Amino acid sequence: MGIIKTDNLVFEYIRRDEEGNVEGITRAVDEVTLDIKQGDFVAILGHNGSGKSTLAKHINAILYPTEGTVWVDGMDTSDEDKLWDIRQSAGMVFQNPDNQIIGQIVEEDVGFGPENLGVPTKEIWERMEESLKAVGMYEFRKHSPNKLSGGQKQRVSIAGVIAMHPKCIVLDEPTAMLDPNGRKEVIRAVRALNDVENITVVLITHYMEEIIYANKVFVMDGGKVAMEGTPREIFSQVEKLKSLRLDVPQVTLLAHELKKSGLPLPDGILTKEELVTALGL
Amino acid sequence: MLRDITLGQYYQTDSVIHRLDPRVKLVATLIFIISLFLVDNFIGYAVAALFLFMVIKLSKVPFKFMVRGMKAIVFLLLIAVVFNLFFTPGEVVFSVWKIKVTKEGIYLAAFMAIRLVFLIMGSSVMTLTTTPNQLTDGLEKLLSPLKKVKVPVHEISMMMSIALRFIPILLEETDKIMKAQIARGADFESGNLIKKAKSLVPLLVPLFISAFRRANDLATAMEARCYRGGDFRTKMKPLIYQKRDRLAYLVCWGYLLLCIVIGKILF
Repeated sequence: MGIIKTDNLVFEYIRRDEEGNVEGITRAVDEVTLDIKQGDFVAILGHNGSGKSTLAKHINAILYPTEGTVWVDGMDTSDEDKLWDIRQSAGMVFQNPDNQIIGQIVEEDVGFGPENLGVPTKEIWERMEESLKAVGMYEFRKHSPNKLSGGQKQRVSIAGVIAMHPKCIVLDEPTAMLDPNGRKEVIRAVRALNDVENITVVLITHYMEEIIYANKVFVMDGGKVAMEGTPREIFSQVEKLKSLRLDVPQVTLLAHELKKSGLPLPDGILTKEELVTALGL
Repeated sequence: MLRDITLGQYYQTDSVIHRLDPRVKLVATLIFIISLFLVDNFIGYAVAALFLFMVIKLSKVPFKFMVRGMKAIVFLLLIAVVFNLFFTPGEVVFSVWKIKVTKEGIYLAAFMAIRLVFLIMGSSVMTLTTTPNQLTDGLEKLLSPLKKVKVPVHEISMMMSIALRFIPILLEETDKIMKAQIARGADFESGNLIKKAKSLVPLLVPLFISAFRRANDLATAMEARCYRGGDFRTKMKPLIYQKRDRLAYLVCWGYLLLCIVIGKILF
């Protein structure tokens, strides 16, 4: 069994009117079955309202399944005794960097998680140092988070999660509120964690460029997993992605259009360099 | 611009007073305030002045920062002095028309002025040398005996420090909403008081909604990072008394004793 496994996961939001009567039920996640192995870099794609964030919140036991089961590192998330162990093994980074930094100084924010876990003082400092270094924010440790850029704040949030020594990190659209430079910084930090520390990464995003580093991609639509495969397999199906209201990277789109007009190109070109080689320029 | 405001009035430098445990500074401030009300003669105030001067010198904070805090109370000070000066009955020193200035009045006014000035300066020393974070930490530790009577000390101090962190963010947000509403033709400047108050509604409603949304997000983020109240927590920066803290306590209690002797026994 992998580090994260879901079996026929269903989650329903119940909408109520002002008197508390049930108005309707929305299935946000619909019979999702996943198996993610330790050390994987998984991307979950989908347009707004496809259920990807709801799925992510199950991994950290913020939401509990209506039906089906979620296991994190072998622990069932609906088991209340294991709640804190689950939250420690599966860290979570959210979209808005301002609303998840608790400390008034960078180092204090990184220390917040370990403090909650009851880690001894000396080790908190060691963990703070190593996790800030891992995301390249060590020289900012004495700064106030209010004075950092969006990308830097998000890296601090990631450091705050790593300091809890999780086996896996779930990032729920961590780059949605950032500028292109900030996005690159964050993605670079996340890739480094996956490569160097072998932490399992679940990246939820709607930016196509960010998923080309993943070794597995799930595309969600209407609460269901609509597509599944490597980035190359996913991007080979440009028409299907378009029908799911998702954009493909410009290079992939260009290659696809060229191929349609008769040029002999392979499917699923992901980078500029690949296209240049394929065209034999 | 709004990003750069510093909270409280912490003055960044490295001094003995800065390095003291915040608990010592809180207790010392309290002792100093009490001492000001214990003494009622000039020798007593001279001792207080000497103590204050010594602490300010040690803190390495420029004197003008101490005086800055005084601006807020100039008006209050003036009223207190004037009332004491002119309305205290007693031995008349001189009188102009119907207003009489008495000897007792002069004394009372002078004491009141000295008390107020020292009070503000004393507490300024504390806020200038202690970060808001240290202050909340110190308060939490000092008040921790109250936990036994079910006072949620940890939660209160957590709330204080989160509030401090979000003040600049919410200020920035206010600025943003204000500009957005001005762009839509809102008018925050003209009209009488009632009209002005009414014009704040389109500012406050979005601000409140956004504050609640932020609070909700933050609560989720804290839970995701295993926050479960104060019981199991360890501290990244625990407050531990050093030798200098014990020495400072000794000095403070010595000072209080001296003030009692001067104020109550000698005279």
